[in-house]
Amino acid sequence: MSAAETGHHVRNTKVMNRFDLTCRLVAKLTREEAVIGGIGNTNFDLWAAGQRPQNFYMLGSMGLACPIALGVALAQPQRRVVALEGDGSLLMQLGCLTTIATRAPKNLAIIVMDNGVYQITGSQPTPARHADIVAIAAGCGISASHWAADEEDFERLVDLALQAAGPVLIAARIDDKPGVGATRRDPAQIRERFMQGLGVRQPI
Amino acid sequence: MAAEADAARSASPAPSWHDIVLHTLKRNAVDLVPYVPDRVLTPLIESLHADPFFTTFATAREEEAVGILSGAWMGGRRGALLMQTSGFATLANVLASLVVPCQIPLIMVVSERGTLGEFNYGQSLVCRTMRPVLDALAMEHHTMTRLDELEFVVDRSIKQAIATQAPVALILSPLLTGGKVFA
Repeated sequence: MSAAETGHHVRNTKVMNRFDLTCRLVAKLTREEAVIGGIGNTNFDLWAAGQRPQNFYMLGSMGLACPIALGVALAQPQRRVVALEGDGSLLMQLGCLTTIATRAPKNLAIIVMDNGVYQITGSQPTPARHADIVAIAAGCGISASHWAADEEDFERLVDLALQAAGPVLIAARIDDKPGVGATRRDPAQIRERFMQGLGVRQPI
Repeated sequence: MAAEADAARSASPAPSWHDIVLHTLKRNAVDLVPYVPDRVLTPLIESLHADPFFTTFATAREEEAVGILSGAWMGGRRGALLMQTSGFATLANVLASLVVPCQIPLIMVVSERGTLGEFNYGQSLVCRTMRPVLDALAMEHHTMTRLDELEFVVDRSIKQAIATQAPVALILSPLLTGGKVFA
């Protein structure tokens, strides 16, 4: 795929809103699917879309939403797991896409919210202006990698990802609206609640 | 499977350090072992790959493996990360922002470069950052130098990490492994 062609793909996708897409995703999670929210606005919107015990809210470790999701997927192969990540965060740990492609977990989906900026630090552009996340993921070996053309297409791709027999990556172009709400910052409590949500622990 | 392995072990008068590590991981139900490779760790990595009890695979970076093991722990599965000294040096952020505050019993096995005959200046400097980082984060760590103490240290460290929900670094000294020798 040439640079011109990938650019064309990106330009043909609608610019959507992260909170709206996150609400659409959460509405489809009817089987206690696990969601790992990457740091920053991705996480804030996941929190605001309705807190679930099966959500893990990262408070640091930029770039590790996909690896954490892979770990959950390896531990619980019967459960669907979603990594919800920003484009800047994914750039921090692009190598993880090759690991995920090689392990090929049947139950893992990656959703990348791409606004091309480090929004939480002052909206500086990322160095990925000329990069195409879907092409990168496909190049890493995740063949089921797609741009969401619009909200309806995003929902269709989420439906597909929740049933697919292999890892799926969905990238969505989003606007620069700030996240709605803010994650409460108690790491041990978040981790414990998540483990209870996954059925690993019982409350005492 | 475990009985066979134990029989093979008792038939052999001097088990190797990597046999001891493998069997101790297995006895503690630690079965997910991502790694970033290292020459000294090669026999352990090969034997983990050869044993269907383990899910073992290379990751692109050590940080990524910490993320994987954190997710796996929260999902109910135990694991350990194998890496070299220089790999440990890349982990300060993820240890301080994920593993320690979330109370995750991360088990790290570090093949120690940079000491006892190191030939690469960069490796020797990186090695000197390792224990100060571990101490700064108040993380449990043990340097293993003796074959006769290895099983005890690995076994008890795994059990303590899990019981106290705290990470541990098990540093494999060249005194134990022979280290890497400049060819």
